[in-house]
Amino acid sequence: MDLFGKGVSRRMAVLLVGVALVSCSKDAGPVKVGVLQSLTGTMAISEVTVKNAELLAIEEINAAGGVLGRQIEAVVEDGASDPVTFSQKAAKLIESNKVVTVFGGWTSASRKSMLPVFQRTNNLLWYPVQFEGNECSPNIMYSGAQPNQQILPALDWAVAKGFKNYFLVGSDYVFPRTANLILKTHIADRKLATAGEEYVPLGGADFSTVVSKIQAAKPDIIFSTLNGDSNVAFFKQLAAAGLSTTTLPVMSFSIGEQEAQAMGPQLVQGSYAAWNYFQSLDTPENKTFVAAYKKKYGPDAVVTDPMVHGYVNVYQWKAAVEKAGTFDPTAVRKAAVTLADSPSAMGGVKFAANQSLAQTAYVGQLDAAGQFKIISKSPAPIQPEPYDKLAFPGKTCAPA
Amino acid sequence: MDGVVLALGQGFNGLSVASLYLLAALGLALSFGLMRVINMAHGELLMLGGYIAYLVMKAVPGTVGLLLALPAAFAGSALLGAVIEAALIRRLAARPLDTLLATWGLSLILQQAARNIFGPIGVEVRAPDWMNTAVTLGPLSLPTTRILILALSVALLGGLALLLTRTRIGLLVRAVNQDRMMAAAVGIDVRRVDMVMFALGSGVAGLAGVALGLLGPVTPTVGQSYIVPAFLVVVMGGLGSITGSTVAAIILGLFSAMAQIFVDVSVSQVLMLVLVIAFIQVRPQGVLAPRTRALDA
Repeated sequence: MDLFGKGVSRRMAVLLVGVALVSCSKDAGPVKVGVLQSLTGTMAISEVTVKNAELLAIEEINAAGGVLGRQIEAVVEDGASDPVTFSQKAAKLIESNKVVTVFGGWTSASRKSMLPVFQRTNNLLWYPVQFEGNECSPNIMYSGAQPNQQILPALDWAVAKGFKNYFLVGSDYVFPRTANLILKTHIADRKLATAGEEYVPLGGADFSTVVSKIQAAKPDIIFSTLNGDSNVAFFKQLAAAGLSTTTLPVMSFSIGEQEAQAMGPQLVQGSYAAWNYFQSLDTPENKTFVAAYKKKYGPDAVVTDPMVHGYVNVYQWKAAVEKAGTFDPTAVRKAAVTLADSPSAMGGVKFAANQSLAQTAYVGQLDAAGQFKIISKSPAPIQPEPYDKLAFPGKTCAPA
Repeated sequence: MDGVVLALGQGFNGLSVASLYLLAALGLALSFGLMRVINMAHGELLMLGGYIAYLVMKAVPGTVGLLLALPAAFAGSALLGAVIEAALIRRLAARPLDTLLATWGLSLILQQAARNIFGPIGVEVRAPDWMNTAVTLGPLSLPTTRILILALSVALLGGLALLLTRTRIGLLVRAVNQDRMMAAAVGIDVRRVDMVMFALGSGVAGLAGVALGLLGPVTPTVGQSYIVPAFLVVVMGGLGSITGSTVAAIILGLFSAMAQIFVDVSVSQVLMLVLVIAFIQVRPQGVLAPRTRALDA
């Protein structure tokens, strides 16, 4: 066929109109968001249910009409508990799937690995998990607890209970190392003792030496920043050595109702955790949320703090988009920090100017059913401080 | 005094780690050492043992369940091993690199199958309550579970030694190990011996899986954390030598545990690898290489 004759211009016109029509209809179509959690690997025990909660929020918003008149299409990817995979999948979601925002991450290693991708593409990550602070990227909304909203309240509780000798155990990556640095600084500041500090590779299951060192050091309490499957091995090997949670209390920073259920509550019964949410919180908003989650995922499902943060993240994103009137990540994050205090399953939440949430801290003790009895609560929501004042004096987040 | 206690405690831990390495490596010593077959799916035979233990102990909890789980895991993994040998290894007998690739692919398939059947989250093998105690030996406190695993590996070694030295099949295995071609020439069914050895090695891996399940979670990737130490033990021990593997496992276990007194776990793993590399440089044939007159040894 003659490629340069009159046939071309007619066909080109039809083509152009077609393309225009298609791109017009694309604008009214669904808006894509990324959900990026570890669905396999050592962190799956914790992250699969966070993905579930995020998807629940998206489903509810879609049922209520979507965002700015458009339905949300969730593109779910598996970070496979590997930081490199997280950054690859984040790049794929943003550049290939063209998502307008991403909900995801758990380990600080995964977040730090994804950060350059979000900086480069000027996209926005909503990060739902407690972490070590020391980071203020404008491309991340940190709804998870900063150290002064989880770690320090736990230490305050332990000091008030009279524990003087602390043994710190953690997985070997940035969160436990920084968290323990902060803990050691504060423990020394209060003239108490750190009996030991041990690290095991993420996913590692051999705690023979750690348990021996704990037995030798005879601490009053163990503070554990272990993540993922290592928790199972740790509690099993503590039990195998005859150290039950009644003789030697353990305060874990990464064990919630989900991990307790997966590990078997008998293994961790009586141990402690510090979060900004427990499923046993007695508020109407929480009861509604737990009921909605159980309706979708089964009556045996349990709810953890990161799951609620993931859920809250999606709703906060929706509110920020509606306030900004656009899906553009920069406008959305600027709007997000100006949102009013909104009710949620974990109480009133509001993003501060440093893109972190103000939230209440709770300390709970695990019972035989795998639920937490709340034994301590901060009097008011704590303002987030990304840089610990004692451990990293003088550092603050520059205004975005 | 504290230092001595710590050293003794770490000595026990080292032996405990060595027993786990040995349990994981014995099967590999048989297939890699005796048959020169690189089986990258060996870790998944461990994983299968762990999952069988989970299923058995879910049905029959407590000590009885554990006693049932051991032979069940042995049988299950041995069966899978026999299937792998007949279907895969036998056909690639003359092509070691292809065996490596094929078994690695099989390992991925088995891991994903475990994920599909049991979920990506680990399952719980609950040790009976009397095992959650420690035996006090003076200032030392030794977990009962680890003592029992140590006893299991010693018993297994003893059983294997008896099998290899006192039974007819053991004689055949030693013959095939010394010189495959001559053994075939004098009428030994080499293929059948291969199958039996592979199945036996896989069964031992299944037992290792039960032991691992008592100390940590059973996940689809539990085999992956033990395949590399298993290969290290076999290579360092000398191909074809069970005694060598035992010695190598003890060396590596003790070294790793002693190193952890001074450095943390990640660094101790690095040091352990450095040790193996240095050892192989100095003594490439391994700790105890079997002497043979075969030209291709």
